[in-house]
Amino acid sequence: MIAALRKTLFGGWVSSIVTVLLALVLWRGAAGLLDWAVVRGHGFGATPAMCRADGGACWAVIGEKYRFILFGRYPYEAQWRPAIVIGVFLALFGVSAFRACWRPMLGLVWVGALAIVLALMWGGFAGMEYVPQDSWGGLPITLLLSSVGCVLAFPLAVLVALGRRARSMPAVRAVCVLYVELVRGVPLVALLFMASVMLPLFLPEGLNPDKLLRAQVAIILFAAAYLAEVVRGGLQALPRGQYEAADALGLSYWQTQLRVILPQALRLVVPPLVNTFTGLFKDTSLVLIIGLLDLLTAGKVALADPVWQPFGEEVYLLLAAIYFAFCFFLSRASRRLEAS
Amino acid sequence: MSGLLRSERVRAWVWQAVILGGLGLLIWWLAGNAARNLAARHIATGFGFLDNAAAIPIAESPISYVPSESSYGRALAVGVLNTLKASAVGIVLAMLIGTAVGIARLSPNRLASVCAASYVELLRDTPPLLQLLMWYSALQALPAARQALHAGPVVLSNRGLILPVLEWQTAHWAALAALVIVAGFIWRSAARWRWALLCVPMLVWAAMGAPFEMERPVLRGFNFVGGMTLSPEFAALVVGLVVYTSAYIAEIVRSGIQAIPKGQWEAAGALGFSRAQTLRLVILPQALRVILPPLASEFLNLTKNTTLAVAIGYQDIMSIGETTLNQTGQSIETIVLVMAFFLIVSLAISGGIGVLETRLARVGAR
Repeated sequence: MIAALRKTLFGGWVSSIVTVLLALVLWRGAAGLLDWAVVRGHGFGATPAMCRADGGACWAVIGEKYRFILFGRYPYEAQWRPAIVIGVFLALFGVSAFRACWRPMLGLVWVGALAIVLALMWGGFAGMEYVPQDSWGGLPITLLLSSVGCVLAFPLAVLVALGRRARSMPAVRAVCVLYVELVRGVPLVALLFMASVMLPLFLPEGLNPDKLLRAQVAIILFAAAYLAEVVRGGLQALPRGQYEAADALGLSYWQTQLRVILPQALRLVVPPLVNTFTGLFKDTSLVLIIGLLDLLTAGKVALADPVWQPFGEEVYLLLAAIYFAFCFFLSRASRRLEAS
Repeated sequence: MSGLLRSERVRAWVWQAVILGGLGLLIWWLAGNAARNLAARHIATGFGFLDNAAAIPIAESPISYVPSESSYGRALAVGVLNTLKASAVGIVLAMLIGTAVGIARLSPNRLASVCAASYVELLRDTPPLLQLLMWYSALQALPAARQALHAGPVVLSNRGLILPVLEWQTAHWAALAALVIVAGFIWRSAARWRWALLCVPMLVWAAMGAPFEMERPVLRGFNFVGGMTLSPEFAALVVGLVVYTSAYIAEIVRSGIQAIPKGQWEAAGALGFSRAQTLRLVILPQALRVILPPLASEFLNLTKNTTLAVAIGYQDIMSIGETTLNQTGQSIETIVLVMAFFLIVSLAISGGIGVLETRLARVGAR
């Protein structure tokens, strides 16, 4: 044991120097973090004045602001509703991570769950007060934008991927290529700006979608371009024999695609699809730039309170932990699916 | 008739006509709405506004720019240059750090590989915008200029990072010229002439008196004068993007190295190469071919992610574009310009990498 450790850590002078340097950096970093977070840190009961006195972490800011960060400006008494919404999403992700649960039913479950989520958020029935979209905020917004974005972008992505491979229809293929390359060539921030500034210009007077819907449109169009490339990868990976066999059976184009090609191709690309979804989950944080109150923006707005302003790192660490938990779970799920 | 409809070519034509017609109708409808809305708001279309004086204050600019005097076109050009500056610096640094971390992940040293793996995992699983905000708030929490941290000639304060700069003189130009000439001469010749690349410029420089004077930052009043200042916004943007992108590049480098068959390692070992030599001379040159295409898309991602600068107040093309469209109301034109810029950069990067790829493929074939 000791000998093996010595061989891996001090197996040569370069390796030894690296080990010593890394150990030094880790030790200093860990000691500094511990000192800041625990030794000089203040728990939930502290006042901002107490925290400011010795420069340690002030975890009281989390105790004070966590409801706002998680739920935004949602009416305080009704915040059990977004809490349930978060639970529904967690259950949905959990179920979808198992290959055993992949039935056609799963698609219906997703649509049903999203309907329940929206009903809960809006309310206005069964004694629940109606909450307009402007008051939604926090984690449910992040989850909604990424999940609805993915669910609605997916059919579009499949169509675009099929269109890009349609040999007999050069015009359709050109349109699909143009769409995918245009969207992938520009940053999401530009698309979000476009949706928030230009969408109202392009729609008739009176039809003015709110900020959330505009951001959602941009995210759907963005996600569809990336998903289309992933789906196309799956289509390309299928051996030609599959197409020829379907032809030999006399299946029509749509029968071939729906019954033979897509079921196999989509199965192949599940791990990269999950990775794309993880990227989208992180990218929804960019709605900060158009002022939509998602998880990250809620954290930033919470910090605008002058009393708690100096304790940004504490809030950012909480946000990082939440994002990390979701993305880590998703990337693990993707790796497990790849292995199975 | 039914035979005609069944014919695949006719069906393809009909489908295409339907789809294109639908798209055309959609675009016609959208354009009509836009024309009506613009007319109702009394906004004239066209790019004439680019010549108007721009009332945008710009904090850092590589070219001369005077608010309320210079035009919107010039302001947008400043944004383009700022974006290019941040992405060029970012790409080089991310490449260096990413390669180092990727190699460290495969290191036989367990401590190094575990550290590299946690680095990758932690950074990839949090949004880049959040990381940027964290860096920015950390940089703002630094002491003021009067209590600045000094590390040798480098000064760090909440005004940014200030580096000393070399006072550029004729001798340096001469040395640079010598370097270019020597490089031109030994471009395709044997490796044994490589020493000349360093020695000849050094000799030229020494012959001209070996001038070496640094311009150091000096505290005047509330801020520093002299030296090269990297603003906190620029520093936060570059550090944030470099750290985030390097995690992805590390994974690309790792998988590229792992794609090289083990036999290559063993053969190099049998020839008496050390691990570092094997990596540098045998493995990395081959891995480069696998690495290049995904690397190009990471470079593109970094460039596109510079638009996150809007959130911390670095004035890149997106930020200046946003101010422009708010001031002039020319939203369509401005967004078209910004998007066109990114499309050109995308094409340039993927084109450049494509050229490199064909060159490498040719070397491989020889």
